[in-house]
Amino acid sequence: MRVGVFICHCGSNIAGTVDVAKVAEEARKMPGVAYATAYMYTCSEPGQKEITDAIERDKLDRVVVAACSPRMHENTFRRTVMKAGLNRYFFEQANIREHVSWIGLDKELNTKKAIDEVRMAVEKVKRNKPLFSTSFKVNKRVLVLGGGVAGMQAAIDCADGGLEVIMVEKSPSIGGMMARLDKTFPTVDCSICILGPKMVDVAQHDLIKLHAYSEIAEIKGYVGNYQIKIRKKPTYVDWTKCTGCGLCMEKCPTKNAYDHFNFGAAPTRAINIPFPQAIPKKATIDPEFCRQFVKGKCGVCAKVCPTGAINYEMQEEIITEDVGAIITATGYGLMGIENFKEYGAGRYPDVITGIQYERFLNASGPTSGHIIRPSDHEEPKTIVFISCVGSRDKSLGVPYCSNFCCMYIAKQAILTKDHIPDSQSYVFYMDIRSPGKGYDEFTRRAQEEYGAKYIRGRVSRIYPKGKKMVVRGADTLLGTQVEIEADLVVLGNAVVSAEGAAQMAEKLHISYDTHGFYVESHPKLRPVETNTSGVYLAGACQGPKDIPASVGQGSAAAAKVLALFSKDMLESDPAIANVNINTCVGCLKCVKTCPFQAIVEDTLRNGKKVAKVIETVCAGCGVCTSTCPCGAIQLQHFTDNQLLAEVNAICQK
Amino acid sequence: MDTINLSEKTDWAFIEEVKKESGQNPSLCYQCGNCTGGCPYTQYFDYPVSVVMRLLQSGQKETILKSKAIWLCATCETCTTRCPCDVDVANIMDTLRIIARREGKVAEKDIQLFYDSFLDSMKKHGRIFEMGILMGYKMKSGHFMGDAELGPKVMSKGKISLFSKSIKGADKVAQIFNRFQEKAKKHG
Repeated sequence: MRVGVFICHCGSNIAGTVDVAKVAEEARKMPGVAYATAYMYTCSEPGQKEITDAIERDKLDRVVVAACSPRMHENTFRRTVMKAGLNRYFFEQANIREHVSWIGLDKELNTKKAIDEVRMAVEKVKRNKPLFSTSFKVNKRVLVLGGGVAGMQAAIDCADGGLEVIMVEKSPSIGGMMARLDKTFPTVDCSICILGPKMVDVAQHDLIKLHAYSEIAEIKGYVGNYQIKIRKKPTYVDWTKCTGCGLCMEKCPTKNAYDHFNFGAAPTRAINIPFPQAIPKKATIDPEFCRQFVKGKCGVCAKVCPTGAINYEMQEEIITEDVGAIITATGYGLMGIENFKEYGAGRYPDVITGIQYERFLNASGPTSGHIIRPSDHEEPKTIVFISCVGSRDKSLGVPYCSNFCCMYIAKQAILTKDHIPDSQSYVFYMDIRSPGKGYDEFTRRAQEEYGAKYIRGRVSRIYPKGKKMVVRGADTLLGTQVEIEADLVVLGNAVVSAEGAAQMAEKLHISYDTHGFYVESHPKLRPVETNTSGVYLAGACQGPKDIPASVGQGSAAAAKVLALFSKDMLESDPAIANVNINTCVGCLKCVKTCPFQAIVEDTLRNGKKVAKVIETVCAGCGVCTSTCPCGAIQLQHFTDNQLLAEVNAICQK
Repeated sequence: MDTINLSEKTDWAFIEEVKKESGQNPSLCYQCGNCTGGCPYTQYFDYPVSVVMRLLQSGQKETILKSKAIWLCATCETCTTRCPCDVDVANIMDTLRIIARREGKVAEKDIQLFYDSFLDSMKKHGRIFEMGILMGYKMKSGHFMGDAELGPKVMSKGKISLFSKSIKGADKVAQIFNRFQEKAKKHG
């Protein structure tokens, strides 16, 4: 066996704190090493040529590169050794940058550790086996989770590219948060006027199949071949018959149902079509409030429905769809204001949230676009907006900025002046975050043209005084405490992850952060990919984001799926689990522990029960290998043999 | 206000001192002003709490230690409760008072006297003897007639006793004081 070792300087990244020449010198003494050298940038073209030349010249049959993380350049060097005629698994990368040079300053210790890393890689590569990929067919249909603006954009782009799209939306209509907005910043154009055409595109596209009021029950499979079980929740209205005439809503005697679409800004009926432009424009019964369900008698909607669409007996239905890729666009949620006792914790009717205020501003909202005080329905003259309610608040576990509150508050201040010209808006802020195109000009306009008074400070307390709400806070620029007697207070409450985001991530086998936002594959270079191949992200499920960013990500995710589906066959990763049927005792512990359901029971011709790995499903995580009591199941490229050789390499010297 | 030359007049050691003694990190403060917004005494302060925090972040030792604000603080802890950055602001104010005393820079001598009278009484009786504190404070401060009009009211309602009553185990309380003082001496 003839191993070649290439130590990379990575400029001063490695050479600055590691004696690379010494590492190469030590590598030359290691058993099996035929050639070792150090080079300035091994990943550069001449650096790679150095490797291919050495393979030919010194008849190398194994290669070790000690450089950055394999996450950076493993593929580069695998291709390099392949070009020189070696199997790509005859390559190992020792990480002496992220694991050594970047984390310690002691050159002597670093050099010692770098030598250890190289010794481990050499011992491992000597035991590597040639592995080969197999190819499998791709199902060129895509599942889009969520019908907000990001999901819609992704669906339309995929469908325009000729892919069949399955869209699953949990609420009765698509449109998401954007459908609730009155206007959008910084152009102050009508939100539904620009969103409506997109919603219609989704509805009318031949290649898009929409499952509204549905949830994901189960996801099985792997990139190219997913089986999705979709739970269609009972609407108690036969949507094939419902014409969306709205008569049931008019006649429904239950007038105190919670309005999910309006975020509780006003009550609604127990049978309800969320908004005039809803797609599908169909009624849904809320069994939590409907008298037929709560008291067992009513039936008014069934009587008035001209098409006989009401069906109180409707059950949930599970349907199955097969797809090859998944775009996750499940959006975000808003922090409840019950956390803010100093702001009344939701007890004061005239302290409302930004999204509720948005519904009051909206012509299709509960007040038909008239701003009112919820307590007495009078027109407010003094309105106080408070930003960072929960955001950037470590004590509430939300250290991050919610991204778009500064902008929508400026927009709402502008719209308030338009609606009520003799009103005065005040905005409490900590910092104005408006880095988008035309955004800062917009927040300035709110102050310069529309006269909104911006107060740099936080509100400590809100309390009622007669019909007014006293807002007491600080003006840190004045260096004093200030008080405003307001008619209405609007809280810019924090953006949090969507309800059930963590459970959804577990179904998708993707990572999520401590706040429940989904983690992209690389924060800069792979912003819409996840670490699970075939699953992509779009919109605010990845972190708080405004409309342009969400739309951009929707299109980006669609482009990724189109690229994936441009091939008819995909190559499997051969670094997966493999069962040795001679030593397997058939205990099937691995079947139970496999997180991907990739292992099944199999019976040999002689009747012996053994475990069997479904190659395409196995993700190569290695849980089974640590479960197997007799070492019969081995993860290829990470066998016990190979790993123990690495352990021996650092223990026996 | 005068120009502060931050390169020359930032007392880094003072920031570290407060950090160590209070266990709080002043860098966590992002100057939102919530402490000032909720402070019930801010109208009497020469510097609002958030400005004290800012002065601390800028290492303005002299200004802080000579300020009235740190002595007027009632330690009601509204600032601590509301701080979104989890800074125990009241604890920092306490630490600043301790340092001001140590360095002999107390701006509100009367308040210091009141504290001393309070603790003396505590050490002597194991509890507060109001009349004792009152007398001690008035003798030392020279404000003989301050709040005198309240006297008949509280006396007639029996709120203040003329005679001291010690608690059981007053000696144990006194030992706490002694132990503290010994330790303080040992550690300078």
